[in-house]
Amino acid sequence: MKHVVRKLFWDFEKEEQWLNEMSAKGLALSSYSWCKYVFTDSSKNEYTYRIELLDNVPTHPESMAYLKFLEENGVECVSSYVRWIYLRKKSSEGAFDIYTDLESKIKHFKRINTLWNSVMWLEFIVGLANILIGLTNYFTSSNSISLVNVILGGLLILLGLVFFRAGAPIRKKIKKLQQENLIRE
Amino acid sequence: MPESSERGALTEAVFYILLSLYTAMHGYAIMQNVKDLSHGRVELGAGTLYGAINTLLEKNWIRAIEGEEGSRRKEYEITELGKTVIQGELIRLEELIANGKRIAGGESK
Repeated sequence: MKHVVRKLFWDFEKEEQWLNEMSAKGLALSSYSWCKYVFTDSSKNEYTYRIELLDNVPTHPESMAYLKFLEENGVECVSSYVRWIYLRKKSSEGAFDIYTDLESKIKHFKRINTLWNSVMWLEFIVGLANILIGLTNYFTSSNSISLVNVILGGLLILLGLVFFRAGAPIRKKIKKLQQENLIRE
Repeated sequence: MPESSERGALTEAVFYILLSLYTAMHGYAIMQNVKDLSHGRVELGAGTLYGAINTLLEKNWIRAIEGEEGSRRKEYEITELGKTVIQGELIRLEELIANGKRIAGGESK
């Protein structure tokens, strides 16, 4: 049986934890699209889930070579969303982590940080441009539509701030891991 | 000998991957082998292993060889350069152990 759950996560590690809690209850994620999780029944704790952000979209040759490698290692890619991939491995095959040393963990977190930063700046720039266009129009031709631009711009700036907030736990993680990396591997 | 900039310590993952590849094997076998060699202490994640394999291939410390017939998995083995790196690392580790034992080894807990 299929179960659909709609949920929004800002922190992929919390999302990962939630997927594993669902798996423990016998609900195995089988597909994901924006904020929509589809679960199918499985035996309790059959799979361990991990989420990863790839360097390229999954159809890129480099990503495909990587996904093939994962598959050979018993890791199944359940679903993908832009560059995010949802992976699972049978829990009976032991612990499942994608990155096990500090350096590769830092690299992965940095990839995510760059993504949130780019989205944030995009929202800020487009938002600011909208506000400027709106204000200029308002003062030159007192066009009432320009108010829409100002409101839209404001909303985009707010959205940018949301992504700034989403990056906070990632930046904290990177800092902590880098500090650790100074004294050990 | 490796360039001076490359004389630093190898990571644990790289050291064990190189050791494993004295016998040709594919990715999954490397993971198993590293786990066995370290008595379960070192478990390589697939992403970490994949990144390390690609870097080692680029550095020419290992090379890819055609797997067995019927198997499409790629196998890898250590190169002469890789073996030189391991020898260099062994000398470094021996120095660490000798100094460690000499200075801290006699102390009771």
